[in-house]
Amino acid sequence: MSKGMRHFPHRHLLGIEGLSAEEITQLLDLGESFLEIGERPIKKVPTLRGRTVINLFLEASTRTRTSFEIAAKRLSADAVNVSGSGSSTSKGETLLDTARNLAAMRPDVVVIRHHASGAAEFVSRHIDAAVVNAGDGTHEHPTQALLDASTIRHHKGTIGGLEIAIVGDIEHSRVARSNLYALTRLGANVRLCAPFTMMPRGIESMAGEHRSRVSTHHRLESALDGADVVMMLRIQRERMGDGPGRFPTNREYSRRFGLSPRTLEHARPDAIVMHPGPINRGVEMDPSVADSGRSVVLEQVTRGVALRMAVLYLLGAAGPIPSDSSDAP
Amino acid sequence: MGGVTRPRAMTASDDQHDERVVLDAARVASSLDALTEAIVTRHRESTALALVGIRTGGLTLAHRIAERLSAKTRAVPVGAIDIALYRDDLFEGLPRPQVGSTELPFALPGRVVVLVDDVLFTGRTVRAALDALIDHGRPRAVELAVLVDRGHRELPIQADFVGVSLDTSRDEQVKVRVGADPSQDRVVIRTGRRS
Repeated sequence: MSKGMRHFPHRHLLGIEGLSAEEITQLLDLGESFLEIGERPIKKVPTLRGRTVINLFLEASTRTRTSFEIAAKRLSADAVNVSGSGSSTSKGETLLDTARNLAAMRPDVVVIRHHASGAAEFVSRHIDAAVVNAGDGTHEHPTQALLDASTIRHHKGTIGGLEIAIVGDIEHSRVARSNLYALTRLGANVRLCAPFTMMPRGIESMAGEHRSRVSTHHRLESALDGADVVMMLRIQRERMGDGPGRFPTNREYSRRFGLSPRTLEHARPDAIVMHPGPINRGVEMDPSVADSGRSVVLEQVTRGVALRMAVLYLLGAAGPIPSDSSDAP
Repeated sequence: MGGVTRPRAMTASDDQHDERVVLDAARVASSLDALTEAIVTRHRESTALALVGIRTGGLTLAHRIAERLSAKTRAVPVGAIDIALYRDDLFEGLPRPQVGSTELPFALPGRVVVLVDDVLFTGRTVRAALDALIDHGRPRAVELAVLVDRGHRELPIQADFVGVSLDTSRDEQVKVRVGADPSQDRVVIRTGRRS
């Protein structure tokens, strides 16, 4: 059965930065196949039966953690949640010791969310399991970008050539970074939009050879002008730390950068509205827009489970990746 | 229902394989006719029949049989089942199989499902297909139709309907090539290095 057999040549999923356009597409295609399982009466396949998936969520999250837990359970894996409060880290245990202790329990996959950029890669160097980055500091959130790309592709047919606006606190957003890699690699033009205080200088260069596909905007209207996709990011006060705020009030932010029916008119009439969640209603997005037919936010959540199943399926096998490509019997 | 066939001596080689055609398009067609006839004989009065092709080799064959059934008796629904997630060899360190979709456009309770595959070999694919099918519901009965039975079973699985039985050695590969153009259908045996 040589047709359709392939290697995914990565032991971990730490970010989109290390993935080629072909590998990203492979993941998106695979995600499509897992959508059907969520429609069945019995939402389970035996694929990862007996494998252990540990969700090490040392930063607050309900939806991403639940999404990974459901994904693992639908693959018949044993999913275990370790969260921040009440875990040993609140007793002062280092990340290294936490990782080593978990490794000693022989998990097959560790899904990690942590407030420090680079935490996922750090853990991957000290543990034998496959590691999936569920968000590390302001660095990357690869499964979010995959489910976003999957949703866009479903509505628009293709990603290449699209005009995609990403609006919000770009500086502190790992969602923006992972999406920047994924969408430019797949051929889209990305417009990043934020107040000056929340836009890193030179961020276009992150797209590398595709940097000409990236533009930065400090006015919402210009970023949305003719856009096919409008992706709004959550204003993350918890990530801004103490000290002078990045903008005077929520109200001023929402007036200048919030998505309302009026500002949405600058985008194409068939533009879709996206948000990684949870939405600050009335801040970055008007409730009427969040609840409108243009919003695909709930579909993002559904695709999130399917994409995470695809990732766990690809990474969840114990054992080495062989150097030759041979057929299965 | 078909007999043991000696492989014929038409050969084509590439640098890795010898490949010889053991069933040409005409024989594939007559085997499918015979399969259809056998299914009709057993299920003459049944309105509960459905064909489910095992991806990917069985699906085209399921459609071919369905066309013949439709001409002979009545239309029979065709579904497709993907077994990638049910394989028993996912952790052998081999490449991850492509996962296709499973589409069963009919309810399973009360149905007699005829699973259709191209080649019956170790039986592991059929075992996986049974598990996958039953995860979608409880059919009244499941039967198995295959174009080629090549022996070498590793599980206690047998076909109810067989187009042709081939005497093969374990390291040979049997490939059923059916596509959009039935005049190009053929079954070949390849020897040499597995690739």
